[in-house]
Amino acid sequence: MIEVRGLTKRYGAKTAVDGLSFTVEPGKVTGFLGPNGAGKTTTMRCILGLDYPTSGWATIDGKKYSELEYPMREVGALLDAKAVHGGRSAYSHLLCLAQTNGLPKRRVREVLELVGLEDVAKKRSKGFSLGMGQRLGIAATLLGDPKVVMFDEPVNGLDPEGILWVRNFMKSLAAEGRTVLVSSHLMSEMENTADHLVVIGRGKLIADCTMDEFIARKSGSEVSVRTPSPDELVLAIAAEGGQAKTGKDGTLTVTGVTAEKVGDIAFDKSIRLHELATQRASLESVFMELTHDSVEYRAEA
Amino acid sequence: MTTATSAPEYPRAALPEARGRAGLAGAILSEWTKIRTVRSTYWTIFALAVISLGLAAGVSWGQATALKDPHRHIIAVDATATPLFMFLLLGPLVIAVLGALVITSEYSTGMVRTSLTVQPRRAVVYAAKLAVFAVLAFVVSIVIAFAAFFIGQSMLSSAGVSVTLSHPNTLRAIFGAALYVTAAGLLAYALGAILRHTAGAIALAAVILLVFQLMVGFLPTSWQNEVIRWLPTSSWQPLVSTHPSVNPHLFSIWPQFGVTAGWVVVLLIIGGVLFRTRDA
Repeated sequence: MIEVRGLTKRYGAKTAVDGLSFTVEPGKVTGFLGPNGAGKTTTMRCILGLDYPTSGWATIDGKKYSELEYPMREVGALLDAKAVHGGRSAYSHLLCLAQTNGLPKRRVREVLELVGLEDVAKKRSKGFSLGMGQRLGIAATLLGDPKVVMFDEPVNGLDPEGILWVRNFMKSLAAEGRTVLVSSHLMSEMENTADHLVVIGRGKLIADCTMDEFIARKSGSEVSVRTPSPDELVLAIAAEGGQAKTGKDGTLTVTGVTAEKVGDIAFDKSIRLHELATQRASLESVFMELTHDSVEYRAEA
Repeated sequence: MTTATSAPEYPRAALPEARGRAGLAGAILSEWTKIRTVRSTYWTIFALAVISLGLAAGVSWGQATALKDPHRHIIAVDATATPLFMFLLLGPLVIAVLGALVITSEYSTGMVRTSLTVQPRRAVVYAAKLAVFAVLAFVVSIVIAFAAFFIGQSMLSSAGVSVTLSHPNTLRAIFGAALYVTAAGLLAYALGAILRHTAGAIALAAVILLVFQLMVGFLPTSWQNEVIRWLPTSSWQPLVSTHPSVNPHLFSIWPQFGVTAGWVVVLLIIGGVLFRTRDA
């Protein structure tokens, strides 16, 4: 479990994180979201003791990070997969990390196998692809079989196969009962991964809730309908108190009535339908709405 | 998607039971792995050996040739210091590259964030890194110093001026040379910790190890005589000279080396404090 309380970090006059409090619980994937520059990485750096908070604190299972007896057995953190010495082989890199926490050599081979890098173990990581680098970073986090794992933008720049791998990996870690915190600036990324969301903007907490609660914040859902007789349907829907707009491709976007109701109306009027679907408010649009005021570098219109 | 709120038991990897806490022993093992698994270590040691031994042979051969020349009258030859001279002049600059890289490469590659995440007790990391580099630098330096000495004597013997290890002050000169070169490496390590930038640390080390001396040469003589004993580089000549000290403005041999060590210790403390207190 990760607890963050009143965390504030200033760099000179700039406040990167501003009185942030949240808790990350075990057994689920917690998505840590915010636009670029919102303070996600700074928060993670403060949790890991890489940066010293200006005020407030963060703990791992009730302890300050620097007081953990064997940090690698408690926390596996990947902030930046490129934070390795490229001249060192994958094996040597993992070995030098394992040694700091008294972890056995065979554990290095185990994690290399776990992430599928055993064939390139002796190669210098300089020549690794982005996906391989990411796997090496993940292998390092798993050396100590930690209870808590933290990933900062783990799928940035990965190909679809790599993204799927990372995603499934995080889910399996959570399923094993670990605490998983994963940051992203892309809402869509979280849609398929996260159970819980912590959303920040400009260093402040915007939302701390489940995925479903987050989506529910978007007011009003839309129904999209395709029909060969749109004019007739628009009138019928209007008679029932809904509004329908015709889109470019002839698809109607209906608000004010549910998809079931639209189906009933069409059935009653014997209108043929080719498509009928509820448009779930996309996570992306909710996110944009909520963080609208907190985007740090907004293009001047 | 799992939505369990209470953590189920998950299969733990078979790790040995943890006792105590991650400390200096593990950090030293780790730093040893780090230093022996990058090529720059081998390149700098190779360069140090080639430069020091090659020039030891060259200078000694030149000296022997000059001695055998009937038209030249050389009064005194310090056979111990002759082959060590270039090792002491250029060796510090080469070892400084390794000393700086040991810590600055962590910053240039970003590895420092990984290193400090696996061992957040920063004093432990700093001390382990320092200890591993210091031992490696000293072992390499002492081997090269002995090798330079023997190569030099084999050249000088043709002129009949070679000495053996039992010659007065010779062992002091060889150990002193290794200590001085190691000290130069540690100075660069400290500068690396302070500047966190490879080129900057090496350049500043070069200024301290070379340029200070030259700059003092431009001062009026009376000032020079006051300043020179406080330079970190003033200790190597008395240290390797087996003849009585020539410069009356210096401290005696070991106190003069104490000045060098003092510079190193002060810079190491500054580097250590900054390493602990700055955001990584």
